Amino acid sequence: MRDTLLQGLLPPLTEAAPAADDPELAALAAAVKDAAARTLGRSLAIRHVDAGSCNGCELEIHALGNAFYDIERFGFRFVASPRHADVLLVTGPVTLNMREALRRTFDATPAPKWVVASGACAADGGAFAGSYAVAGGVAAVLPVDLVIPGCPPSPAALMRGLLALMG
Amino acid sequence: MTSRLLSGEADWFDAGRRMAAGEASLVSLWGDEGRMRLCLREADGGLAVVDMAVDRGAFPSIAALHAPASRLERAACDLYGFLALGAPDGRRWLDHGRWPLRHPLGRRAPHDGAADPYAFLEARGPGVHQIPVGPVHAGIIEPGHFRFHAGGEAVVRLEERLGYTHKGIDALMRGANLARGAELAGRVSGDSTVAYAVAFARAAEAALGADAPPRAHWLRGIMAEMERLANHFGDIGAICNDAAFALMLAHCGILRERTLRAAKTAFGHRLMMDVVVPGGAAVDLAPDGIAAIRALVAEARSTFPKLVRLYDNTASLQERTVGTGVLAADLASRFGAGGVVGRASARDVDARRDHAYPPYDALTFAVPTRKAGDVDARIWVRILEVGESLDLIETMLARLPDGPVRRALAPGGGPGEGWALVEGFRGDVFAHLRLAADGTIARCHLRDPSWLQWPLLEAAIEGNIVADFPLCNKSFNGSYSGVDL
Ligand code: SF4
Repeated sequence: MRDTLLQGLLPPLTEAAPAADDPELAALAAAVKDAAARTLGRSLAIRHVDAGSCNGCELEIHALGNAFYDIERFGFRFVASPRHADVLLVTGPVTLNMREALRRTFDATPAPKWVVASGACAADGGAFAGSYAVAGGVAAVLPVDLVIPGCPPSPAALMRGLLALMG
Repeated sequence: MTSRLLSGEADWFDAGRRMAAGEASLVSLWGDEGRMRLCLREADGGLAVVDMAVDRGAFPSIAALHAPASRLERAACDLYGFLALGAPDGRRWLDHGRWPLRHPLGRRAPHDGAADPYAFLEARGPGVHQIPVGPVHAGIIEPGHFRFHAGGEAVVRLEERLGYTHKGIDALMRGANLARGAELAGRVSGDSTVAYAVAFARAAEAALGADAPPRAHWLRGIMAEMERLANHFGDIGAICNDAAFALMLAHCGILRERTLRAAKTAFGHRLMMDVVVPGGAAVDLAPDGIAAIRALVAEARSTFPKLVRLYDNTASLQERTVGTGVLAADLASRFGAGGVVGRASARDVDARRDHAYPPYDALTFAVPTRKAGDVDARIWVRILEVGESLDLIETMLARLPDGPVRRALAPGGGPGEGWALVEGFRGDVFAHLRLAADGTIARCHLRDPSWLQWPLLEAAIEGNIVADFPLCNKSFNGSYSGVDL
């Protein structure tokens, strides 16, 4: 039975790599693409930081690892420590209760580093903008290199964003 | 649902005492203007809401009588600036001192945003040491702080500190219209967006004395079961992965992805966010939706049983899950824990059956329970619930009534109050809504099932090795955002 199950993964389910077809995303990515390619080659270590998301964004980031998207084939890896990371993938409106932890995570990440704000909340606070308890988006706290829109961004949108970032 | 509204000091104390004696269980406790409110579930399943006037800023603590109320009470005090007289734990819960103000829902007072110190409970003994973890964790998960006291490998005490994802949802709700309220409710805990949207919509419909059209109820049911499937597939895979059995994650990940894709085809959004609205559903099932959902059910029926056999036949995996993270039945019952966590510790509760709301009032299904209370039992309850959800989805598709999916709600239909208890994948979501005369939201309280489950994780982990914490935590799968609000 183990064989059957292992084989079950074999007829490849993997999606073709999506094109970076969103002009706005492509434009944003162009600014960092050359530097990313030059400095990092085709390998990118990503550290995810939940800065107060509703956890919807995390579900779709998780999906990047499933057999359909299999993001590691592009050289992306999710790492456990900011000290191993090239990119911080930040979700959530940046709650004030998480602001210092986010800053400290950024400080612990060695340069060169990029910050990706993922999802409507990370972009500008999203549904929670204006609350006493949020900073209102990642850019209020850290320099942001790329914004991936969506609530939550689909795995395809995340892949497009990350691919664009890598160049 | 039978429901009663009581008020006064005698009822308040009586409620606390009866919950402490196990004659009733706590559903929720929250603040409102000038009063504290609690909802309890009677032994016969009926709900009662009890009010207690806040006198000179203070009210008698319920946590002093019934410990499961403690965190809810601390949260209410943070938000309103009330004092819980006699409370066993006076530390702030949601308010970490980082906001520019205190008491955002009560008499606001400016604050300099300097973090408050937080005194963790202590554990002493030879060789006992502390391990602080979080709020930023090593994986793709929500933030929270876990303070372990360990003696060698074994956990002597775990204390959770949450609140990091506090977004101020209760304050954003105040003055909002129902459409905005539904948007916020669907973002309290994204993995349960359907359950929250249904709970909010049902509370709003109850407050306005309105009802959604029959077809909308059935579509809500289909969406709720698809949400359960997606989360259970994800959790079963992720728990096994935390026991280093990645194959299960790979296969369950495929089923989860197929569920989300069917949801996208049928309802236009992978997580089905913003589809359920007060008055019904924002969209009808897409023309190719039925075929997509049927294909999902067929695939799950052919693949999932093989995965269950794999789980059942892999001794090295069972070695990690059986007997690990045991939650005693009496503790689960004392906290009134719902969902998988409660049912895996012998609690026979399910809001779909016990508070039979449409479409479940017209459906039959089993509510699986287990007695062992360990990680294995929590996996098994999920496995069995997958089977029930697949049956339910098939039945609902076959019996789906025709007709409109949305009924316009009278604008400015307040004032009024309504509440609802809805079974999400994690347990019962409670929504209590108070509308102002102009129909806007005066107070919306949403209680995630995790409020009554998180404290039990502290008990379940005791005596286990620190390295088994991720496994135990994942098997509970509490929502951080759901309780931080
Ligand atoms: S962008 Fe949407 S899904 Fe992501 S955290 Fe915000 S509300 Fe949740």
